[in-house]
Amino acid sequence: MKTLVGRWQTWAGFGVAAIVLFGLAPVVLSEFRLSLLGKFLCFAIVAVGIGLAWGRGGMLVLGQGVFFGLGGYMMGMHLKIADAQIRGDDVPDFMQIAGVRELPAYWQPFASPAFTLLAIVLLPTAVAAALGLGVFKRRVKGAYFAILSQALAAALAILLVGQTSVGGSNGLNRFRTFFGFTLNDPANRRMLYFIAAGVLLLVVAVVRQLMQSRYGELLVAVRDGEERVRFLGYDPANIKVVAYTVAALFASIAGALFAPIVGFIAPSQVGILPSIAFLIGVAIGGRTTLLGPVLGAIGVAWAQTLFSERFPSEWTYAQGLLFIIVVGFFPAGFAGLSALRRWRSRKPAPSVPEPEPETEAEKVPAS
Amino acid sequence: MTTSELEPVAGGNVGMGTQYLEVRGLTVDFDGFKAVSDVDLTLFQGDLRFLIGPNGAGKTTVIDAITGLVPATGSISKSGVELLGKKVHQIARRGVGRTFQTASVFEQLTVLQNLDIAAGAGRSAWTLLRRRSSVLPSIEEALETTGLTDLMDKPAGVLAHGQKQWLEIGMLLVQNADVLLLDEPVAGMSHEEREETGNLLRRIGGERTVVVVEHDMDFMRDFATSVTVLARGQVIAEGSVAEVQANPKVQEVYLGTAAAGADGIPDELIEESS
Repeated sequence: MKTLVGRWQTWAGFGVAAIVLFGLAPVVLSEFRLSLLGKFLCFAIVAVGIGLAWGRGGMLVLGQGVFFGLGGYMMGMHLKIADAQIRGDDVPDFMQIAGVRELPAYWQPFASPAFTLLAIVLLPTAVAAALGLGVFKRRVKGAYFAILSQALAAALAILLVGQTSVGGSNGLNRFRTFFGFTLNDPANRRMLYFIAAGVLLLVVAVVRQLMQSRYGELLVAVRDGEERVRFLGYDPANIKVVAYTVAALFASIAGALFAPIVGFIAPSQVGILPSIAFLIGVAIGGRTTLLGPVLGAIGVAWAQTLFSERFPSEWTYAQGLLFIIVVGFFPAGFAGLSALRRWRSRKPAPSVPEPEPETEAEKVPAS
Repeated sequence: MTTSELEPVAGGNVGMGTQYLEVRGLTVDFDGFKAVSDVDLTLFQGDLRFLIGPNGAGKTTVIDAITGLVPATGSISKSGVELLGKKVHQIARRGVGRTFQTASVFEQLTVLQNLDIAAGAGRSAWTLLRRRSSVLPSIEEALETTGLTDLMDKPAGVLAHGQKQWLEIGMLLVQNADVLLLDEPVAGMSHEEREETGNLLRRIGGERTVVVVEHDMDFMRDFATSVTVLARGQVIAEGSVAEVQANPKVQEVYLGTAAAGADGIPDELIEESS
């Protein structure tokens, strides 16, 4: 739990990551692979938030698809309106086909880019804060919280499928431009990738600061002894709400980047399955660490693409199996394995029972 | 600084003018079962009060009620402020701190982090979002008082049992609690650890009100300045150790449970009454 590396090492780490993401990846990867990596980075942004809320805060957030979807749909709506305006139409193409002649009232504010960007940040934050306060003040936690958040994801997905004004089960797709830049142009698609990479570095920096601050220590204390924290004069609900809201905000931003990078946003990105998929990478990478969730999310998404190209159906089983093995036997994920090896090789002094920093740490139940 | 000049004594050492905790008609009702009924307690600063009684007498329940963990009726006033009906964390902020029968420190955080969290209930969001840059003077003092200075960077999980209890007491000190409710602090401790804990309570008790729930009668005799005896949820005796020991009602209660095999029977009581 102590600071793992010194200050300059942190900066060096960020430097290396920046060089890899901004310098190396665009050179080595084909255009198609680079945009694929952009998609993975979106998942990684969600994962960073989950690492904070679940790994540090003990809140098993099984419904991050809700916030991912909110961000993605709001961005998608703006892009569709912008495309329609460029063509000189009143309504997006899919509405024209459906015979809708006038933009629905709730779409109209999203014509403004500024409103859209603000809403992507503020709406999920407000929803998460209100929801979090309502839930945590009533001391709903553990499995009940997980089920609640998952039910929410299911509900939103079902709601979206029924809404023809946001494309029903097809969702929103075929975006042509992104704030005036045509998405056909490879240079603009690379720009989107760079934005995702920059945002990822930013959210990692934010979570690093949160983890190392006094708030981060308090969050771990709430995870491990919520009642005890209460007797020290804190209201644990307020502490948990902050982490939950930050995770929701990250998911929303990731969704908003996902829509233009991948080219669609649909109910299939919102429901239970994608929400659990977000979690798998975090669990495999090591949920209590800063970089475990990032590397886990990118690694799992990468493996999925790699294997599902050849063995589409087998991958699902392999993923499920991996999840079970990690959660059941290596709750600390890969980060825990490396910490275990470090600890073994260090050979603690026989007299003092040295703590096992990571391994012991991870035996705490997730929720 | 806690100094030896201010020793805890029966009835408190500074009189009515300062901090006090006044419990009147405290009743805790668990679905018809009265775990605590009509308990009165008056505690002044500088009193090291022991709360004893057979198992199931309601000692822990009294502490639970004072700290807001279980709903109760009656009145609990700390220096004139009514605590009953307030939430747990609000009562804690009023300066009422407690420990638990099983030490509940944050095992994965270091000793220093544990104390820092205990000291920080009133922190602003801005302070919370930054790193701890130095050790607060109050924390250094608490580390010294509890003898944990050398262990401050160790995770609390590796501390010995006694050290965990001392850390808990240290957390109450930096929390700025002036009413300390300790639930069996020396249970499971070695003889030396008990001795040290008692001396620690003496050191900190001069400027605070300390209530100790305890089964260990030797420990009580050595360190209590006053004693309240509970049985079946009611106060049956109160006074100095000698007064309480001489009280026939207390002897009866303890003799009654002696037959039932309850622990913590004061040997002298049995001898005196036989």
